[in-house]
Amino acid sequence: MGQTRREFIKSTTAAAAMAGFAAQSSTGRLATDALVAPSSPYSSLVTAEPNVKELAMIALDAAKGAGADYADVRFVRNRSQNLSAREQRVSGVSDNETYGFGVRTLVSGSWGFAASRDLTKEEVSRVARQAVAQAKANRSALVRPVVLAPTPVVSGTWKSPIEIDPFSIAIEDKVGLLLAANQAALGVKGARFVNSSMFFLREEKTFASSEGSFTVQTIYRTQPAMTVTAVGSGDFATRESNEIAPRGLGYEHVRDAKLVDNAAKWADEAVQKLSAKSVDVGRYDLVLHPSHLWLTIHESVAHPTELDRAMGYEANYAGTSFVAPPEKVLGTLKYGSELMNIRGDRTQVGSLSACGWDDEGVQPEEFDIIKKGVFVDYHTTREQAPWLDWYYKKIGRPTRSHGCSYAQTWAAVQFQRMPNVSLLPGDKDLGWDDLISATDRGIAIIGDGSFSIDQQRYNAQFGGQSFYEIKGGKIVGMLKDVAYQIKTPEFWASLDMIGGQKSYFLGGAFGDAKGQPVQVNAVSHGSPVTRFRNVNVINTGRTA
Amino acid sequence: MTLRSLAVSARYLSREECEAIAKRTLSFTTADETRVLINSTSIANTRFAVNQISTGGDSFDSVVTVISKFGKRSGSSSTNQLDDDGLRAAVQMAERVAKLSPEDPEAMPELGPQTYRPGINWSDVTASQDPATRADAVKRIAEPAKSASLVSTGFMEAITGAQAIANNKGLFAYNRSTSSVLTTTVRTQDGTGSGWAGATHHDWSRIDPSKLGARATQKARTSVNPVAIEPGRYTVIFEPTAVGNLVQFITGALNARAADEGRSFFSLPGGKNKIGQKVVDERVTITSDPFDADVAGSPFSGDGLPTQRVVWIENGVVRTLNYDRYWAQKNNRAPTGSGGSIRMSGATTPIDDMIRNTQRGLLVTRFWYLRPVDQRTILYTGLTRDGTFLIENGKITKPVKNLRFNDSPIFMLNNLEAMGVPERVSASEGGDPGQAIMVPPIKVRDFNFTSLSDAV
Repeated sequence: MGQTRREFIKSTTAAAAMAGFAAQSSTGRLATDALVAPSSPYSSLVTAEPNVKELAMIALDAAKGAGADYADVRFVRNRSQNLSAREQRVSGVSDNETYGFGVRTLVSGSWGFAASRDLTKEEVSRVARQAVAQAKANRSALVRPVVLAPTPVVSGTWKSPIEIDPFSIAIEDKVGLLLAANQAALGVKGARFVNSSMFFLREEKTFASSEGSFTVQTIYRTQPAMTVTAVGSGDFATRESNEIAPRGLGYEHVRDAKLVDNAAKWADEAVQKLSAKSVDVGRYDLVLHPSHLWLTIHESVAHPTELDRAMGYEANYAGTSFVAPPEKVLGTLKYGSELMNIRGDRTQVGSLSACGWDDEGVQPEEFDIIKKGVFVDYHTTREQAPWLDWYYKKIGRPTRSHGCSYAQTWAAVQFQRMPNVSLLPGDKDLGWDDLISATDRGIAIIGDGSFSIDQQRYNAQFGGQSFYEIKGGKIVGMLKDVAYQIKTPEFWASLDMIGGQKSYFLGGAFGDAKGQPVQVNAVSHGSPVTRFRNVNVINTGRTA
Repeated sequence: MTLRSLAVSARYLSREECEAIAKRTLSFTTADETRVLINSTSIANTRFAVNQISTGGDSFDSVVTVISKFGKRSGSSSTNQLDDDGLRAAVQMAERVAKLSPEDPEAMPELGPQTYRPGINWSDVTASQDPATRADAVKRIAEPAKSASLVSTGFMEAITGAQAIANNKGLFAYNRSTSSVLTTTVRTQDGTGSGWAGATHHDWSRIDPSKLGARATQKARTSVNPVAIEPGRYTVIFEPTAVGNLVQFITGALNARAADEGRSFFSLPGGKNKIGQKVVDERVTITSDPFDADVAGSPFSGDGLPTQRVVWIENGVVRTLNYDRYWAQKNNRAPTGSGGSIRMSGATTPIDDMIRNTQRGLLVTRFWYLRPVDQRTILYTGLTRDGTFLIENGKITKPVKNLRFNDSPIFMLNNLEAMGVPERVSASEGGDPGQAIMVPPIKVRDFNFTSLSDAV
């Protein structure tokens, strides 16, 4: 272990200073493990270290020896980098690494989990036995034993489709870009404060199960972001760069975000907001940009279609769901208009949820959640798919997990997390301008803002970044203090225009929270441009 | 293995271990100044749903963060690999990052040795809580719920840890701490009623699972089949949890720099702030004190400053804002050194009396999904949850559907009618121990509800 680790640190340390790291280090990497498919389309930067395989087998043997019917183990090494700048000052640069493992065991239908950062044979055995002991303790309150849906035994490697390893770019270059973007924003009269940042993550994850699956994955995530604040007389307004979404990509995503070019535009909009007209309350047609709608999809469609919520498992925090009970809604619940087609996937290139296998070794599949406005399926894991056995038999499909198991780190137990959940584009080649010109009295919204929704996902309120008044098919000016309140099925029933493939955009976030202790999930939501009729708009401006 | 054999104290690093790690880390440094932060934590938790344990977990981690400074250039790196190789690599990374970073005009020198009061946020009972103890607590909630044909769900967690800070100017700080929390939601089988109860304390023996289960059960039963009412402005009695949910946003907005820069509720035109101004009802005093046994916290902050009692708002008037070391120096003030807990003053009016004296109003158990809407007024939106009731002619008459509000805790504390005795509350959204908060139940007028929700 020690030698391997030293090599890793040495190479990554050097990486921070010089470009071209990927080419340089790939020669110095370790031998590919025998069980790992050598013909992966992406040659893995870091394959499983030989003794990780050995430690994984020790964990599984210890768990089985202590009485586990099933066990899996994940070794996860996360490297992350945060850079932030405020006006012409670098406010923080940090580079962090965490490495450890977690063992999950099933004993007579009861789960146990334990994790540690000590990667020694003794500790791996101890932790595996602790996970079994915990499963046994948990049996005392067991009512309905866990049964796992079958899944094929798999082995292989997977890597995010990146062009440029973010850890190969010099910190000076990254910081230089942030300061240049800040300067561009501050060049706009009235823009007083600018915060910009970059976040990068590389997650190297080795999974092994007692059923014989063994996978090695290298997952990247990247997010550049800015916030510009304009200050007026006793007033202030901010504009966030929400149309630059986080992605499962490399440094090319920062390059393509064109922060310097966009900074002045965001600053200009922050200044404009100060003098924008405060919205008149009432009902409006809303033309929503995908950089805004992704969050409404996340809250009002993706969360309520999580099966654990529908079954009451998240009642104490995230809540339950109005899309319940399953036997009364599957295949019948009218969720929205005929234009509404929602799909779950972990395959869209550059999406945050993309992976080769989920955190219990299942290869994810694309699946329909809502078809022509009717609810047809939930997100599932191996534990959950059997709960819908009756439905899958009825519609003639196998009872298998959709591949939605995920844990935020090695220290947390995996459970059902949403995949990418996206609104599919329409057949007609309509774009933003087409929807605006078809609208007589409305508000166009770009970017996500304030958001809040109840624990069953009926009643929600959303703000945004930039709001524009539409009159007679034209944008006539900027608005502020806008938020709309919805009832979920009523809102989605009012979807009456939808853009085509060309208007499709993948938004998303790192902070999807669920579970106790709370775990965050990174997820993307795609959408075309859309129009919703007659939505209730409130004014959020008040004076102190 | 018997269950009892698991009953040992959770793992955390001792003072001696932290000193040794800090010393080893500092021995690898070449920077002008280096700060080492050590955080070791054992987290043990059990979840239950549908009246049985669903998942649980134990994890142990120790993280070392190195902050290196060359002149006004600084960088940071962290690792959880605490052998010499791991620590040396973290130091080298932090120093490399520092050298590559531009000069920071706001850089502050490291502090020299400080004097700290010993922390009081430790409990042996919490540190030795085991899975069997938690399973027993689940049964004390789930079994009565099940026999009453109700559905219980919940979460409990015990966190045991140690934090240390050291630097090459001789500063060393160490504190071990515990925290624990139990929250439960009890629902009727048909999903038409839902109740919640929760408690948190650094001492697990202060939490009574049976009592919390009974409270959530009572709320679930009495909230069945809620009726719709018109949204609008209501007189509202907030239980302490609901008060904690909202008041924490005031303390979250106390940043002095944001106020001076004109982008905060606490800003005044011309680069001034509201220190000395009355912002809420004169009966309201809000303090933070890490040595208050009810809301104990850490004796030091992340930059090594000793923490102390801070009076934020006294009799409705802003006494101070939160100054970090840089902003304090720039404004000729001492840095605040806040421990982060919240205690709000109260009075003696029991909730029952508040209800008796209410012609028409609402009783709110707690809030959910609170998100900022407008920072200029600390305006938030969110919904009531797990027990919202109509009061008519001095009595609770029926449960009502949950309501969304758009309002500010500042407006709320200006419209104050009555206050009760403060209580420690579990006011975090996710059910983690969260900030230590002690607040009273209150009665206010004209709270602004803007829409109705069908969610139970």
